[in-house]
Amino acid sequence: MTALTRGSGRPNQWLRNLNAKIASIPMILTAVVIFLGGTIWTVVYSFTNSKLLPRLSFVGLDQYERLWAAPRWIISIQNLAVYGFLSLIFSLVIGFVLAALMDQKIRFENTFRTIMLYPFALSFIVTGLVWQWLLNPQFGIQSIVRSLGWTSFSFDPLYDADIVIYGILIAALWQGTGLVMCLMLAGLRGIDEDIWKAARVDGIPMWKTYVLIIIPMMRGVFITTLVIIASGIVKVYDLVVAQTSGGPGIASEVPAKYVYDYMFQAQNLGQGFAASTMMLITVAIIIVPWAYLEFGGGRKRA
Amino acid sequence: MLNLVANNSMVPEHDAVPGRITAGPSGRKPRRKLSRRNIIVYGTLIVVALYYLLPLYVMIATSLKGMPEIRVGNIFAPPLEITFEPWVKAWAEACTGLNCDGLSRGFWNSVRITVPSVIISIAVASVNGYALANWRFKGAELFFTILVVGAFIPYQVMIYPIVIVLREMGVYGTLTGLVIVHTIFGMPILTLLFRNYFAGLPEELFKAARVDGAGFWTIYFKIMLPMSLPIFVVAMILQVTGIWNDFLFGVVFTRPEYYPMTVQLNNIVNSVQGVKEYNVNMAATILTGAVPLVVYFVSGRLFVRGIAAGAVKG
Repeated sequence: MTALTRGSGRPNQWLRNLNAKIASIPMILTAVVIFLGGTIWTVVYSFTNSKLLPRLSFVGLDQYERLWAAPRWIISIQNLAVYGFLSLIFSLVIGFVLAALMDQKIRFENTFRTIMLYPFALSFIVTGLVWQWLLNPQFGIQSIVRSLGWTSFSFDPLYDADIVIYGILIAALWQGTGLVMCLMLAGLRGIDEDIWKAARVDGIPMWKTYVLIIIPMMRGVFITTLVIIASGIVKVYDLVVAQTSGGPGIASEVPAKYVYDYMFQAQNLGQGFAASTMMLITVAIIIVPWAYLEFGGGRKRA
Repeated sequence: MLNLVANNSMVPEHDAVPGRITAGPSGRKPRRKLSRRNIIVYGTLIVVALYYLLPLYVMIATSLKGMPEIRVGNIFAPPLEITFEPWVKAWAEACTGLNCDGLSRGFWNSVRITVPSVIISIAVASVNGYALANWRFKGAELFFTILVVGAFIPYQVMIYPIVIVLREMGVYGTLTGLVIVHTIFGMPILTLLFRNYFAGLPEELFKAARVDGAGFWTIYFKIMLPMSLPIFVVAMILQVTGIWNDFLFGVVFTRPEYYPMTVQLNNIVNSVQGVKEYNVNMAATILTGAVPLVVYFVSGRLFVRGIAAGAVKG
């Protein structure tokens, strides 16, 4: 990289590299004012009783107590937990299995990849609306299966409060697994071919090689993918808005929607700030250990 | 240290590794075409591919049917009588609230949002990345670290402070405001992308230009820019699809008359009043998805590189 020798004794320190500093002003402003300043601002104001406008009258943890007493927030958190857990598991498993299939030196690999990845290019709004239509009880999958003769068949996630979150999960997996497959495939391609040869010579069955040798070797890829999926899960918003608008009732609410609704519709800013601070904490719980493992130990990953 | 993230995510180049094919015995491999393994592998892949294609097919089929056919028929059946009326209606007549001029308004809003946002965000981020890679100054790495960590912060945390900043600047609710927001949130990933790319270029070039007396901007425009077209294309793909698909920022930072296509689409389809016209809804959905889909199918492998780099964006 750059090894520009720096004359540290020069008097005009601030003028050195002036152009680079000027060019970096947008970055510095974004980092300091928006990312750092904005985050601190929101956290500070989550301890106030701001309603329509932000006001600095502190009420301690009131907003948080109100937040955790609100049924809608509890449902949002439960939904996020169920959705998050299942979409992590399913996207990792499906993504890996698809990547393993794609890695069998198959023909038409490009075609298959193009097909599996195209949903990722679409907006969550588009995905949500398509699946709203496919899961429509009157015309969609349910009515098709019924018309085939299984008249008691019931698959109506978007109108059934108990299972609505699975309807959203199906759409999310349709959109996201292609990306996971691509990341996993890249990981598989990075594995030395000799490992496979050795395993074959030793007569180890293929599935065993995957489970016992390849997956442990891909630890880094798995963790990176996990972090990518997880930080996307916390932000899930558009998909729910398009597919169910949080309904039926409040059965498919998620935290990001809670924040938006309280900030911009219910005009209860304090609640919105408290809820978004909780989102921040959730992300921090995911990111900090990862960042520590990844960069903290001073150990370079292979 | 942050190289790790990016290098790692830039890997997905799915070219078959040449060494793999040429190593080992050469010549035509004796293969049984219908081995059990092949049936399982291809069978699964074909089923999966059908599952992925199904929604696209249903969208297109539904949008070409008339409402009576939808009411009696099955969503997987191909249209008996193809009609383009739903498309015309979705484009020019569908209603959101009081306006009944269709999705075309949202489309042009999205164009007016996406074009300047893409250009400005890439221009800003490429210069940032260049400064970080070649002209490092004290504190630069610190700001950059904040920037990259910031990419993981949920947008909801920063939305309201941005509303205040934009209001103070007098651009809240306007297209200008939204362009600024897209530039801000595109910055972490794009800066990372450009920084790593520029850092990977041979340093001698930079040094030679310095010796010849070229300054910051001269080197950027005369040397770095012409050498970096591929990464600019990757950044463009990333930004065009990302900004076109955005919903949250469009809702929060613009007034209804400037709503981007995604927001307008959602308002058309999920409006409570009126009879649901599923064919029009699906036509509108395809129209909204068309731009990123075209970008995706045209750009192919570059798109994969872009999203692999941009996946951190979530």
